[in-house]
Amino acid sequence: MEENRHIISVLLENESGALSRVAGLFSARGYNIETLTVAPTDDPSLSRMTIVTTGSESVVEQITKQLNKLIEVVKVLNLADRNHIERELMMVKVRATGDLRDEVKRLAEIFRGRIIDVTESIYIIELTGECSKLDAFIETLKVTEILELVRSGVSGIARGESSMSLNGHKSKKNN
Amino acid sequence: MELTGADILVRCLRDEGVKYIFGYPGGAALHIYDALYKQDEVRHILVRHEQGASHAADGYARVTGEPGVVLVTSGPGVTNTITGIATAYMDSIPMVVISGQVPSHLIGDDAFQEVDALGVSRPCVKHNFLVRDVNDLALTIKKAFYIANSGKPGPVMVDIPKDVTAAVAEYHYPETVSMRSYNPTLRGHSGQIKKAAKLLLSAKRPIIYTGGGVTTAGGEQELRSLVRRLDYPCTNTLMGLGCFPANDPLFIGMLGMHGTYEANMAMHDCDVMLAVGARFDDRITGDLNKFAPYAKIIHIDIDPASIGKNVRVEVPIVGDAKLVLADLVATIEKLELEPNYDALKAWWNQINSWRSVDSLSYDRNSSKIKPQYVLEKLYEVTNGEAFVTSDVGQHQMWAAQFYRFDSPRRWVNSGGLGTMGFGLPAAMGVHLAYPDSDVVCVTGEASIIMCIQELSTCKQYDIPIKIINLNNRYMGMVRQWQEFFYDRRYSHSYMDALPDFVALAKSFGHDGVLIEDPADVEGALRDTMKRKNDLVFMDFITDQEENVYPMIAAGSGHNEMHLSPKAESDEPAPQERELA
Repeated sequence: MEENRHIISVLLENESGALSRVAGLFSARGYNIETLTVAPTDDPSLSRMTIVTTGSESVVEQITKQLNKLIEVVKVLNLADRNHIERELMMVKVRATGDLRDEVKRLAEIFRGRIIDVTESIYIIELTGECSKLDAFIETLKVTEILELVRSGVSGIARGESSMSLNGHKSKKNN
Repeated sequence: MELTGADILVRCLRDEGVKYIFGYPGGAALHIYDALYKQDEVRHILVRHEQGASHAADGYARVTGEPGVVLVTSGPGVTNTITGIATAYMDSIPMVVISGQVPSHLIGDDAFQEVDALGVSRPCVKHNFLVRDVNDLALTIKKAFYIANSGKPGPVMVDIPKDVTAAVAEYHYPETVSMRSYNPTLRGHSGQIKKAAKLLLSAKRPIIYTGGGVTTAGGEQELRSLVRRLDYPCTNTLMGLGCFPANDPLFIGMLGMHGTYEANMAMHDCDVMLAVGARFDDRITGDLNKFAPYAKIIHIDIDPASIGKNVRVEVPIVGDAKLVLADLVATIEKLELEPNYDALKAWWNQINSWRSVDSLSYDRNSSKIKPQYVLEKLYEVTNGEAFVTSDVGQHQMWAAQFYRFDSPRRWVNSGGLGTMGFGLPAAMGVHLAYPDSDVVCVTGEASIIMCIQELSTCKQYDIPIKIINLNNRYMGMVRQWQEFFYDRRYSHSYMDALPDFVALAKSFGHDGVLIEDPADVEGALRDTMKRKNDLVFMDFITDQEENVYPMIAAGSGHNEMHLSPKAESDEPAPQERELA
């Protein structure tokens, strides 16, 4: 079966242990996690999680059903099914000496990255975008030496009117 | 009035209607045990090992439909319950496990008898809680009971640090609880039900296959109405036995790895399958690629994740089995359609020819005690009215095949997890729920040893269950697989150095009998079942190498059964059949 990339948004109770339930579910059932991000929402009692995974349609159907089954999960939405925006933040520390200082700065500008820390020999560049843009930037940085790199994982949101809040979308019907 | 957390907990249990809790004390649970001491409304049963507590609570829950309640201390108290919790989880049994935890300020310090109870139990509970504040305790207990026994039931653990049981708060037990993140769907979608009704009535070779979900929902009457209205064949899973009466002619036996020839052949050849409260487990389906190749499947289940997990389903219906079956029967009446009686007649002719193979036959002239014979006689002697618990292995399959259950919640076994050691403690829970009924534990000499210590609990609380030990001096099912698939290399499946079970039972203060001759089986059973107040350990020395038939080897299809040597000679030659 064809394996596709899926981006799943989860609204869940902001309680300790909720994250480990989600992570435990993925490892116990052998689902793969490419990235996972989570933070509280404007309603501090709720957290919003974005999980990027790959799998066949049937596997992703099981993932969404199993997520829904977790008691603390309020809503689950597969953003891959709809028009959506996704972003990831990256900070990368690179060697920037001699001629490379200008070259790396130019590359960062082309990718609309920002240099957020400078020393005599390094830059730290911040870049936000879709995963593919971040990947492309990493590729171009091969002109110099990457000393350290950190990516936040993907966050996603659906375009348009629909909103994944307590009252938006259809409510969770489950278990 | 302010109460301590321990007193609040015990009041909560009382107000929840809990009659029994099964437990074992220890440091972190001592405040709770002190609160138990001061009252007599909630009765505590002291087990001899925490695994026994979780199985006993499980047995109680399986026959009553009410959550079984377990109370243990931190650390080893918790870890010892895990097998029982996982057993309940796999079979969707409601259970509330209360565990003491080290005091809050010590959590995470590797304190004495500290274990991460939530972490250890997480993969095998429906949900779990750590109570951090005594003011949250009553609501948490209410939620635990609500979650355990609603939707697809399951075990819920509540971990309570020792300081929380000492702290004080106002007691208020909420009447109801609602959770924004948990609302099980009960009513089936009417459009889907209508689709299901039409598909069902269009069938030429229908089958109705039902599991434990019908028992959980209390849907046996609705199931019986449906099956009898349509005159369709019905088969039950190991977990669903009793929902449709085994003695009804429309019942074609259990299906699956050790199901009857007729049930498995009908599953294979059917064109429409109605699955209710069953989850297409691998022991049911065999090789999924060979499973029911001609079938359009309707699947009713309360758990959306169970639908479409293993097989492709034509008509999924999420809901409570009882409610959906009732709606399905009503919808069929309204449609004013009839089943295809001509096709059905041909289908029943086919099924009856499979039936004539008599796939459960065994050698009745043996000079050794045949385990099947013991169970047939047990059925006769108890008029089919006993509660039967079992352990896991050959004896479990024979009990399922030969004790013809006519009502649900009579057959208590570890279906999903397959937990040896389950039968004896589960029987204790069953007896406490129904003290006036016969409770027998069908077991084997390997399984019974795993929780044998509970004989002591039975003595303390006068629990007069009857133990039917089918003693073949082998881990029978392991040996059977080794015979079939490992060229008879019986690696570590022989039970050497067995105890004298009669003397063992006596040493615990009970009685035991040894039965070695087939001629003595019935008489011994009759004598034993008359002893209403005694626990009797019946040690039947059975034919060592008897096998469970029929058998679908793992990875085979339903039409590829191993039959017993006798049934094999009766198997009809494969016929050309138009099925597609």
